[in-house]
Amino acid sequence: MKHEHKHLFDNPNNIKRVLHILYGCCALLVVLDFVIHRHISHQWENLWGFYPLYGFVGCVVLVIVATWMRKFLMRAEDYYEKQEPDKANEENKMMTKVGSNHVDD
Amino acid sequence: MWMIEIPPFVPFFIGALIIAFTRGSLRGVLMVAVPIISALHLWMVPEGIHLQFTFFDYQLMPYRVDKLSIMFGYVFHIAALIGIIYSLHLRDTMQQVAAMLYAGSALGAVFAGDLLTLFVFWELLAFTSVLLIWARRTQRAYMAGMRYLIIQVLSGVILLAGTLLYAGKHHTLAFGYIGLDGVGSWLIFIAFGIKCAFPFAHNWLTDAYPEATVTGTVFLSVFTTKIAVYALARAYPGTELLVYIGAAMTCFPIFFAVIENDLRRVLAYSLINQVGFMVVGVGIGTALAINGAVSHAFNDVIFKGLLFMSMGAVLHMTGKINGSELGGLYKTMPKTTIFCIVGAASISAFPLFSGFVSKSMVMSAALSEGYDWVWLMLLFASAGVFHHAGIKIPYFAFFAHDSGIRATDPPKNMLLAMAIAACLCIAIGIYPQALYALLPYDTGYTPYDATHVLAQTQLLFFSALAFVWLNLRGMYPPELKSTNLDVDWLYRRLLPGVLQKSFAAIWQFDNAFRQAFMIKLSLCFTYIARKNNRLNGLLSRNYPIGSMAMWVALVLATYLLLSFIK
Repeated sequence: MKHEHKHLFDNPNNIKRVLHILYGCCALLVVLDFVIHRHISHQWENLWGFYPLYGFVGCVVLVIVATWMRKFLMRAEDYYEKQEPDKANEENKMMTKVGSNHVDD
Repeated sequence: MWMIEIPPFVPFFIGALIIAFTRGSLRGVLMVAVPIISALHLWMVPEGIHLQFTFFDYQLMPYRVDKLSIMFGYVFHIAALIGIIYSLHLRDTMQQVAAMLYAGSALGAVFAGDLLTLFVFWELLAFTSVLLIWARRTQRAYMAGMRYLIIQVLSGVILLAGTLLYAGKHHTLAFGYIGLDGVGSWLIFIAFGIKCAFPFAHNWLTDAYPEATVTGTVFLSVFTTKIAVYALARAYPGTELLVYIGAAMTCFPIFFAVIENDLRRVLAYSLINQVGFMVVGVGIGTALAINGAVSHAFNDVIFKGLLFMSMGAVLHMTGKINGSELGGLYKTMPKTTIFCIVGAASISAFPLFSGFVSKSMVMSAALSEGYDWVWLMLLFASAGVFHHAGIKIPYFAFFAHDSGIRATDPPKNMLLAMAIAACLCIAIGIYPQALYALLPYDTGYTPYDATHVLAQTQLLFFSALAFVWLNLRGMYPPELKSTNLDVDWLYRRLLPGVLQKSFAAIWQFDNAFRQAFMIKLSLCFTYIARKNNRLNGLLSRNYPIGSMAMWVALVLATYLLLSFIK
């Protein structure tokens, strides 16, 4: 693998280029907001930079809330497969009890 | 015109029978031929009822073609063909036959003109599709398939109960507009809702789909939920409740999708999100909204299929599907990467891709009908879907950190299937009029005006910017090996736990009670026996059994005598 052919994003400059193109596009889109006349069907759309802001803030909120959800939703990968240790013990206890109580005689 | 009364499910069922007894390349040719022939057949069929008969007092219509059903009929044929090409490399009779039967059942349900026929195919959908999950042949898949089957059959049983009540009230089985009045129609609504993955009833989907086989998931993602959308569009258009249910469906799954590790499960969550858009469209119920819902279902079948196929290719070639174990695959799987990006752009509704031309209809309809808050939710969901399906899926599978995996592109048939789907995504995006011509209503809608394009592009680019910013700041949640709890925790953990505990308690009580009772009883016996023993007379313990028999005989004889006297 040492002699592997260099790929597109192995060069950090290419990553930078992609990011710069993205920044450029974003800036251009904000400028276009002033140039292009849009048909407004809702008053919120009239607000300056409504769509860009909504997209950006929406995604940040989404990620922050989702990360916070991990606190109480995340479990080990084999959560549903493995038996909880105390439950397994309990079952063992039950077994010995069932065996030792001669219920039917 | 030849034999228009043959419903489209028939070629598929016959095809399934034939391929069960053929092998090798002949089987492959037959499998590809079935959807093509059936589609050509359907192409020539005019609208109308082509098959009906009377069953007791009810009119059954197993084959009815109209604008709404034919749209789904076409897309199911396309999807079946793509799925079959994608699975041509398989040597698994069970899976291939099941896929054929599943596609046939879906077509049967779409062209069902009455509720009884719908019920039959509704259940067939459940039984044929579960085989695609079990075909994975792991314990996990078996269990997930079991849970899936139970919920699907439950939906069918509720549908049957609703149908019977509805027929009792309205004296018809016709599958047309039903609307929410009376218990029967509510039950039918719930049955559709379960298959449609309404919130709290959605978990069968995210539980089972990622556990199915590589090719099975592609079929699964196409049929079941779209049948439910179709059924809702036919029976409950304009039901306001659906607007809110749909809006909830678009929003809540994206949170789960962001933190999910299994990339096919991420897609399963985003499937619910996309179905949410369709449900909102059905709920609004105007011509534009219904058109939006139906065309979005059409496009979703193709781009979601494409995404599942690309992730299936990754799973097929690497044996891994968790985001935490993948990355850097673009180096050796460039074609799959490109197809995945096309699918991602389509689901994110980038202009010139298929999602854009259909999703915008639902959004416009929501806005023009005054559902402001719903519109805001849909807008949030659009940004969110780009975030998790549009960026996260390609990024963590093909880019991100280099996982060191050097898998090559998948077999040619898989690439061909993905190429067809990708071409369709772009073609519909560039030339939506072809799709619009098939729609139930003529609304004269044009997606490509400056307002729509600019707004959507701004939304998407700034979502991408948010992703970049969060990643650079190190705030983006890393992919972790984990299971995330969802509603299924209720029936996979809570309910069994509660039942186990309560049964244990009941057993313990039962044990203690029996023991105490036995002790009391034996005490009684010894007490009586001791008294009698001392007397050493009648009823004592060491009295022979023969005397007991004699006494019984004596009592009976006396009884007989008395009855004579009387």
